[in-house]
Amino acid sequence: MYEGVVQDLIDELGRLPGVGPKSAQRIAFHLLQSDPVDVRRLVAALVEVTEKVRFCELCGNVSAEDQCRICRDPRRDAAVLCVVEEPKDVVAIEKTREFRGRYHVLGGAISPIEGIGPDDLRVKELVTRLASGEVTEIILATDPNLEGEATATYLARLLKPMGLKVTRLASGLPVGGDLEYADELTLGRAFEGRRLLDV
Amino acid sequence: MHVTHLSLTDFRSYPTAEVPLDPGVTALVGPNGQGKTNLVEAVGYVATLGSHRVSTDAPLVRLGAQRAVVRAAIARAGRSTLVELELVPGGANRARVNRAPVPRAREVLGVLRTVLFAPEDLALVKGDPVGRRRFLDELLVALAPRFAGVRSDYDRVLRQRNALLKSAGATIRAGRGDVRTLDVWDSHLAEAGAELLAARLHLVDDLTPYVRNAYAAVSRAGTDVDLRYRSGLGDDVGDGPPPGRDELRDRLLEAMARSRATELDRGVSLVGPHRDELVLSLGPFPARGYASHGECWSLALALRLAGYELLRADAAAGDGEPVLVLDDVFAELDAGRRRRLAELVSGAEQVLVTAAVPEDVPDSLAGARIDVADGEVRRVR
Repeated sequence: MYEGVVQDLIDELGRLPGVGPKSAQRIAFHLLQSDPVDVRRLVAALVEVTEKVRFCELCGNVSAEDQCRICRDPRRDAAVLCVVEEPKDVVAIEKTREFRGRYHVLGGAISPIEGIGPDDLRVKELVTRLASGEVTEIILATDPNLEGEATATYLARLLKPMGLKVTRLASGLPVGGDLEYADELTLGRAFEGRRLLDV
Repeated sequence: MHVTHLSLTDFRSYPTAEVPLDPGVTALVGPNGQGKTNLVEAVGYVATLGSHRVSTDAPLVRLGAQRAVVRAAIARAGRSTLVELELVPGGANRARVNRAPVPRAREVLGVLRTVLFAPEDLALVKGDPVGRRRFLDELLVALAPRFAGVRSDYDRVLRQRNALLKSAGATIRAGRGDVRTLDVWDSHLAEAGAELLAARLHLVDDLTPYVRNAYAAVSRAGTDVDLRYRSGLGDDVGDGPPPGRDELRDRLLEAMARSRATELDRGVSLVGPHRDELVLSLGPFPARGYASHGECWSLALALRLAGYELLRADAAAGDGEPVLVLDDVFAELDAGRRRRLAELVSGAEQVLVTAAVPEDVPDSLAGARIDVADGEVRRVR
């Protein structure tokens, strides 16, 4: 144990995701030895993030204003909506530059073990958003794991009766990889999802 | 296939051990508590990534050590493969095949195949259904490693569904909760359950003739052995030709719909392959509860030998026949059964036998002999 404030800092850092007690200690001592100007800049960034960043009132993505950059952009296709679990998934899809529609961030996936049901996700907001009839296609881009698949099934059953086109991201082989290195589950999925080649 | 070399570091009682092995019979001989079973347990771990004695890895690591390492050189079809496993209790195990790391330890499944028979296997006949379900599932994984993934998917869906039944049960019964979430887990459980169930049904069909043969060969009794898979979906599922996956999925869904009220009441999943039973019978009687001690031994042994023969028949595909491990088995058998078991296994590519005294190993199984005493492993023949 270290003296008062140092131990407080280590405890606080240790509560961050991916940071264990050893890493927390290392970061704390790094901060103690850093130029105070650098540390102030970090403090300012932390304060700013807590005070200024909000969640977009439409899609739930992180935003500096009431609505996020993507929701405000008139060039985005308002007819297609991509449903993801976390704001970081928006960033991942944006990097592809393939998708020109808008997003809806659920804030997680259905997982009864962790006590997360549809009411804990932004499902009600999604249904409200669809009421205007502007959106015609929903792309379900939840994670391809058990909880993500269950969330996708739940949403598909909820949204299909509303007359929407509901699609799910494909699962299969990584591009640029070797077939022989794919695990059997992925390869099995790729077989199920095979498509006709047009030549 | 056979193991040509086994090397241990901080595994069980061994700080280090180097054990060169030959094809054919090898007897590991030493007084009780000296570490014979630890050696065959390590061989089994390389094949199944689990121990036949304990369900967690912690007891496998020597007291005071952080991790254990098991290395096995395996000869298959004239090629040598080196599998290295690092066991880290509470963490993820790491694996290397021919010195190259593999992303998941699960990928070493299938490199070495073993069939292990140990005194604990008496529970296959006398114990609870969970042991017999595990027997079937382990054999499925040995035949097709893909089923390790099917099984763990099913277990995860089951845990999620049980958590939901427990938490949502009260609100749904009061008419306030949302049953649509439960519908979703029902469909996922039915999907994964149907795949597991279909595979088990086919396995029981394939296995039955081998069990009958092995039982007749070991016991020399004319008693008729029968295996019946009992599914909660109805007796017709286990009798007659196995229904297809789609039919099983639909029937699982129907069964869940029927028992929904009870499941919500009790907060657990009552339908699915996790509740099924493999009924073993000798003549007109179920073996469990009716069979004598000797009959139970013969039947447990017949189940393992049948698994061995099934894998061996499958080895025509080029995987090489499995390594047979008989842990402390001969001491429990009478002279006739001992002799017949020795005859049955003498043709195997590699057999590892453990015994407390050399007299326990039948003369017809004379082969290499390794003495184990005080954690020292010494080849004497």
